[in-house]
Amino acid sequence: MPDITMPKLSDTMTEGTLVKWHKKTGDKVSAGEVIADVETDKATMEMEAFDDGVMDQIYVQEGKKVGVGEKLAFVLGEGESKPVEQKKEAPAEKKPAADATPAQKSAAPASALVAISSGRFRASPLAKKIAAKRGVDLSKITGSGPGGRIVQKDVLNAPAGGGSAPAAISIPVPTGNGTRIPLSGMRRVIADRLYASKTQIPHFYLTIELNAEPLMQFRKDINVIHEEKSLQKVTVNDFVVLAAARAAKAHPKVNAAFAGDSVFEYTDINISVAIAVEDGLVTPVIRNADTLSLRDLSAAIKDFAVRARGKKLKPEEYQGGTLTISNLGAYGIKDFAAIINPPQALILAVGAIIKKPVVGEHDKIVVGHTMSITLSADHRVVDGAVGAEYMKTLRHLLESPATMLF
Amino acid sequence: MSYDLIVIGGGPAGYVGAIRAAQLGKKVVCVEKERAGGTCLNWGCIPTKSLLRNAELYQIMSKHAAEFGMKFDNLSFEWDKIVQRSRNVSDKNAAGIEFLFKKNKVDYVLGEATVVKAGTVEVTDKDGKKQTIEGKNILVSTGCLSRPMPNLPFNGTTVISSKEAMVIHQQPKSLIVIGAGAIGVEFAYFFNAFGTKVTVVEMLPNILPVEDTEVSQTLEKSFTKQGITLLTGTKVTAAEATDKGVKITVEGKKNETIEADVCLVAIGVVPVLPGGLKLELDRGSIKTNDRYETSVKGVYAAGDIIGPPWLAHVASYEAIQAVEGMFVPGAKPKKVSTFPGCTYCQPQVASVGLTERAAKEKGIKYKVGKFPFLASGKARAIGEMEGFVKLILGDEHGEVLGAHIIGPEATEMIAEMGLAITLEATHDEIAQTIHAHPTLTEAIHEAVEQAYGKAIHI
Repeated sequence: MPDITMPKLSDTMTEGTLVKWHKKTGDKVSAGEVIADVETDKATMEMEAFDDGVMDQIYVQEGKKVGVGEKLAFVLGEGESKPVEQKKEAPAEKKPAADATPAQKSAAPASALVAISSGRFRASPLAKKIAAKRGVDLSKITGSGPGGRIVQKDVLNAPAGGGSAPAAISIPVPTGNGTRIPLSGMRRVIADRLYASKTQIPHFYLTIELNAEPLMQFRKDINVIHEEKSLQKVTVNDFVVLAAARAAKAHPKVNAAFAGDSVFEYTDINISVAIAVEDGLVTPVIRNADTLSLRDLSAAIKDFAVRARGKKLKPEEYQGGTLTISNLGAYGIKDFAAIINPPQALILAVGAIIKKPVVGEHDKIVVGHTMSITLSADHRVVDGAVGAEYMKTLRHLLESPATMLF
Repeated sequence: MSYDLIVIGGGPAGYVGAIRAAQLGKKVVCVEKERAGGTCLNWGCIPTKSLLRNAELYQIMSKHAAEFGMKFDNLSFEWDKIVQRSRNVSDKNAAGIEFLFKKNKVDYVLGEATVVKAGTVEVTDKDGKKQTIEGKNILVSTGCLSRPMPNLPFNGTTVISSKEAMVIHQQPKSLIVIGAGAIGVEFAYFFNAFGTKVTVVEMLPNILPVEDTEVSQTLEKSFTKQGITLLTGTKVTAAEATDKGVKITVEGKKNETIEADVCLVAIGVVPVLPGGLKLELDRGSIKTNDRYETSVKGVYAAGDIIGPPWLAHVASYEAIQAVEGMFVPGAKPKKVSTFPGCTYCQPQVASVGLTERAAKEKGIKYKVGKFPFLASGKARAIGEMEGFVKLILGDEHGEVLGAHIIGPEATEMIAEMGLAITLEATHDEIAQTIHAHPTLTEAIHEAVEQAYGKAIHI
């Protein structure tokens, strides 16, 4: 049986932390048995053995951060003897992540609709051998071969220890008193993705302020019934997610992504819901949200929120979102603009319902309730008028919430 | 009407470039003087492979039948039909290209093209009628023709090029081949197999001089055994066409005068430059930059016309690179670096990458892995035990620097080594790849292992 390596557990995972070994050297291991816990950028997951054998060597101690594909342990298969030459390849000690300012990483284009390839390093066998000999870190090299594959000349051109030439922009490093907190996997992904998004996607913003009175009333009526029946209360956000999905159904052009030489219009409407967690945020996906009932949708969001905070979401639950909703209303934020979550073309930033004077019937100033929603859109995919039509529909749905029941 | 691309020449560069551009959604026209397919399909690769298949079969039946327990009384052949079969093969393939043009909506114009200026091409058809075609880009892929001997011009009957050799009405009793490159060697094998007395004259020390020396030497032994006279390291000092044929005076190991019915001159090719606009040249071929653009903006060139290696597969590659460079945003065209070379005599010769000689000259540290077909079960079963696989591997990492195969199906087997070089595979990956048994490709596996003292069958 071969070495056990750090698996790629999500499409954005580049490294993981070995949280806990469930087996120690000499322990028997059987296929399907949990041998370790691994923390990715999104969740803590159990790693299972693929085969029967005996844990022969453990290369990585608990708490260590390890790149995808690097060796974690060696399991000796039944009836196998130790290989003659057991290479002592300690996993390359990763530099503290804080060293890498965003500028040093060549950020992947945000428009990359292409699935990031599997756990293997995209490097030629020769490139790998030369890198091993020279101590070059392949994860820091940008490949020039087909599909970004790292080839011989890329390694030969890289300085020992790794690292492509830093990008042109240099960002000043903070100095003075303070604490240096190494980036977690999640922070690294947030940093890379949003940096790429904000610098590479031409964002534009559209804000609406809608009358939230009917929505508040309607929600109150429903929740009275729900309370009687001991059902879970529906939130304002549940309505917003449903409205955003239904509006996208009416305007399929916004449910799309930029794909280099084309625009990719998604068939399904899958809403990524931003949920704040301890060290950042995650965006689990409500699939076919436009087809769900308010009750099902509400239950799904609630379930995600609970499991996200416990880091129990599965990798596939993050994948395939087509537009994102970020709601800071609960914090009393009146309005804000969000950064697009690539490769999507749209994100909605939802503010709080605010009590304020509004112009009512007969031009009278009355006390009203309003809510602001700001759309951030990728102008390569969505034009101003298309975005505005979408927002018009969204407003209509939220101002007449009963229409969403059908 | 304006095209996105005007391609001049319908050979392996031109037709492939035209189709790729059409696949990219561009409006394309291909102007061809004679017939789509170029030299390759009409007067080169394809018809000669047809002839060589005949030669191979006839040689097995006439020389090796007993070995296989077969007996033929009055075994004979009809020369006309051998030649006709080869022409039929070409005809079918040429029609295939016209079909591909239709399928990809490439306009096809017959006539001779003149590049008037960037963006404008004038075409004169066989009746002398002229038309002007406008296009944003022009790709010149007009190819090459056989190079004549300075003192022995082609006359179409006794002094001929490969083009006449492949349709020669009567089998010559004796033939002198000047030049032992792939073309000379293939025709030497072909005519010899049918009983023509063949003498090959080559100036350099070995036949197939670009190949690994060991390969050339092995082929020399085989050819000599087959009855071909090889005069290597020999220069032609005088040559004349006579009433009966040709008379050639050579200077080498021996100085002598040899006579034959026919002389095939196969000493290389000369570019066929398009008329009109003068493009900058480099040693007679059109000079191009990294994007295959000529000295005139918007005029590109690919294939034999931009210089060696004069190979169909290289021409196609160049045309695709050039066209993608024109139309795919951000595309960086690649120039040819590694390419396979194949010679279809028996035993076949194929190679890719560096020869041992070249590795030495470049001062590269290398290992050699070699496996003879004599030790291959499959080779023995099919009765083709001549030759070997020889690999040049980097000393430190074991990457494939070059592969040289002489023997049965060498030309088919070389693809694996081409892929190995492209993917930068090292000896480990090849050794770890299970090669089916019994196949000739096991010899590649064994050659890799042999370099590290791990070959099983030798």
